[in-house]
Amino acid sequence: MTKAYGQVVANDAIDLTVGRNSIHAILGENGAGKSTLMKLIYGVESPDAGEVLWDGQPVTLSSPAEARRLGIGMVFQHFSLFETLSVVENISLIVPGKKADLAARIRALGQDFGLDVDPFADVHSLSVGERQRVEIIRCLMTEPKLLILDEPTSVLPPQAVGLLFDTLRRLRDRGVSILFISHKLDEIQSLCDHATILRGGRVTGNVDPRQHDAHDLARMMIGRDMPPPLHADPLPVGDIRLELSALDHQPDDPFALGLSGVNLRLHAGEILGIAGISGNGQGELARLISGETRLSPARRDDIRLMGRGVAHLDPAARRALGFAFVPEERLGRGAVPEMSLADNSLLTAHPLGLLKRGLIDRRAEATFTAACIRDFDVRTSGPEAEAGALSGGNLQKFIMGREILLKPQVLFVAQPTWGVDIGAATAIRQRLVQMRNEGVAVLVISEELEELFEICDRIQVLHKGHLSPSLDARTTKAEEIGRWMIGAAGVPA
Amino acid sequence: MSGLSFILAGMLAAATPFLLAALGELVVERAGVLNLGIEGIMALGAVLAFIVVYHGGGHVAAFGLAALSGVVLALVFGWLALGLRANQVAVGLAVGILGQGLSSLIGNSYESLTITGIPKLALPGLSALPVVGGLFVQDAVVWLTLAATAAIWAMFRFSRLGLILRAVGENPHAARAIGYPVIRLRLWAVMFGGAMSGLAGAYAATVYTPLWADGMIAGRGWIALALVVFGTWLTGRIFFGALLFGAVSLASLVAQTENWAVPSQLLSALPYIVTIVVLGIITSNKRLLKVNGVASLGEPFGP
Repeated sequence: MTKAYGQVVANDAIDLTVGRNSIHAILGENGAGKSTLMKLIYGVESPDAGEVLWDGQPVTLSSPAEARRLGIGMVFQHFSLFETLSVVENISLIVPGKKADLAARIRALGQDFGLDVDPFADVHSLSVGERQRVEIIRCLMTEPKLLILDEPTSVLPPQAVGLLFDTLRRLRDRGVSILFISHKLDEIQSLCDHATILRGGRVTGNVDPRQHDAHDLARMMIGRDMPPPLHADPLPVGDIRLELSALDHQPDDPFALGLSGVNLRLHAGEILGIAGISGNGQGELARLISGETRLSPARRDDIRLMGRGVAHLDPAARRALGFAFVPEERLGRGAVPEMSLADNSLLTAHPLGLLKRGLIDRRAEATFTAACIRDFDVRTSGPEAEAGALSGGNLQKFIMGREILLKPQVLFVAQPTWGVDIGAATAIRQRLVQMRNEGVAVLVISEELEELFEICDRIQVLHKGHLSPSLDARTTKAEEIGRWMIGAAGVPA
Repeated sequence: MSGLSFILAGMLAAATPFLLAALGELVVERAGVLNLGIEGIMALGAVLAFIVVYHGGGHVAAFGLAALSGVVLALVFGWLALGLRANQVAVGLAVGILGQGLSSLIGNSYESLTITGIPKLALPGLSALPVVGGLFVQDAVVWLTLAATAAIWAMFRFSRLGLILRAVGENPHAARAIGYPVIRLRLWAVMFGGAMSGLAGAYAATVYTPLWADGMIAGRGWIALALVVFGTWLTGRIFFGALLFGAVSLASLVAQTENWAVPSQLLSALPYIVTIVVLGIITSNKRLLKVNGVASLGEPFGP
């Protein structure tokens, strides 16, 4: 199968054979072509060349409906559920039948496969794990012969991953073939009996993952050895730079979760990580800390920055105190996609002499941008490149660079390496540790537990708007963090 | 006839043009499309229906042609906004202006002519009641519009089609991913909306005020659009909004005939003021809008 988008060949003559009763892994980094290949198989995109054989017969997969009729089901990484509809309504969009009958079938499947979910709950009230169960149930109700799962574990706490794997093994034993897309080597080794490895749109390996160690698989995946993890040495910490005390907040948005009793203390010279499954209040917490959500002046001391109550201040006023923020959404909040990198620099770095008597100093702007591109290894055509044209990793490096060059006292980064390839992710993590070593207070929100363990001094876990006590990242086990992530470790109900 | 019974007897008919157009737009917006061309589609439907009745073609043919013209204009909108993914606001406004221009052009030689409307049908028994009796003496189109309101309410509430339309409007990408032809469904919704707007125009020009005057739609299409938002995309609320607007329009007439010490211009403006105030109150409740709102409204969608 071959598929190109403009100049970029996302899939270059890929061969893939999936057997019966097999859990087959598609392994590759971000941008290796995994998602494109799945879209071709599920009929979302049409290939430029190549053919699909289904049970030995050539078929044309021109639409998802066509794929589903053949017996191909897909569970998407970013779920394709409708938030304002209930579980059973979502399912009835694909599966014909009366609501009561469907609800009974949903319950029966839930018991069979350990996918427990309330058929009449509204989807927007479900946790991410529950939504995934709904997606899987929806696929199973169409009785698929091939089930595609796109990075299904990226949204799950460690305990739920085990449950999901049990479900998938049970499905395999009943004759369903499974395509499992992932970039996590240990998961593939424990679950899959076959792996096809992609790099840069080509197949670089076709192996039994149980016969190879992680080292080999990684080399096939990234084309070189894995960069070594870096562990920051413990350092004595300085004064408190950012403090949240007993912070309660109920956002206006009826689908969003409120925060209750959030306590957090961030010192100079440390990295504090906020773990948790997305949708547990991270977005609102980030907006409260950045100043996008402001509280009344009476509650100014709920958030203290550099020893001052700032909960009522806007983002610019907080930045003026030495605060810098890299938001989760790179395009739209971290940078304006349609604007050049130079103009994007201006957005937060204007206090660094980029303005002259209120007008833009184009030369200073270009110099600053060029320095940022050089120092942070941003691969781009130059300061005039549009931000939206950069790859996720390069844009993230640019935004990080812009904020770091501001020499902040407090650096707050949400999802620092989301959708970033391994090389760039390592560079970004090294930068964060370097900032910490220079005495900056660093706060990181991340869904990647491995990442937090790698760089953080302390970890707190956010679950349903409650923040756990501080846990030492060097001595706490992943399972314990996992218990906090699902609310099983003494979180107030 | 007292002022109250006058309002009760007339408000359903006064509400009908708004209601027809708003129901059509409700379906369009629920599917995630914003068609601002209603006013022009109504104007074209109105003039064509008037001409058919004037030349003796009868009301059924008149409404049929008006609906057809609405579908044609809606298809122009759909081709540009859905097919070519042009900006829906701009295309909607352009189609609206086109409809109004065509309406003036076609209706030029019919200016100020009159026709006869259609008879009213009384519900036996109920229509003999004092004060409220007038409520049960209405023409056939009013009764059919009430039936259509109930049908659309039931469609969104109980039917699979309603579920699919809501899904397409909330998240077109997910709807496509699970195999629904998003563009085709949206096009059908837009065509339905066009037909309903055409009917609304036909009712205004051949039944409610059976005479032709250029510009006689007089902003009814815009009020219908506002009613959809005012009703937070819920059929029942849109119905009550249209009724409220009809009742307040008639109340201002009553006030004028009874020589209240209020300037008549202010009274004529009253329905619009009431609508703006109610709209303001409703839309200040962000929670309500978020729960019932259409997430992808007006966004171009392409696979």
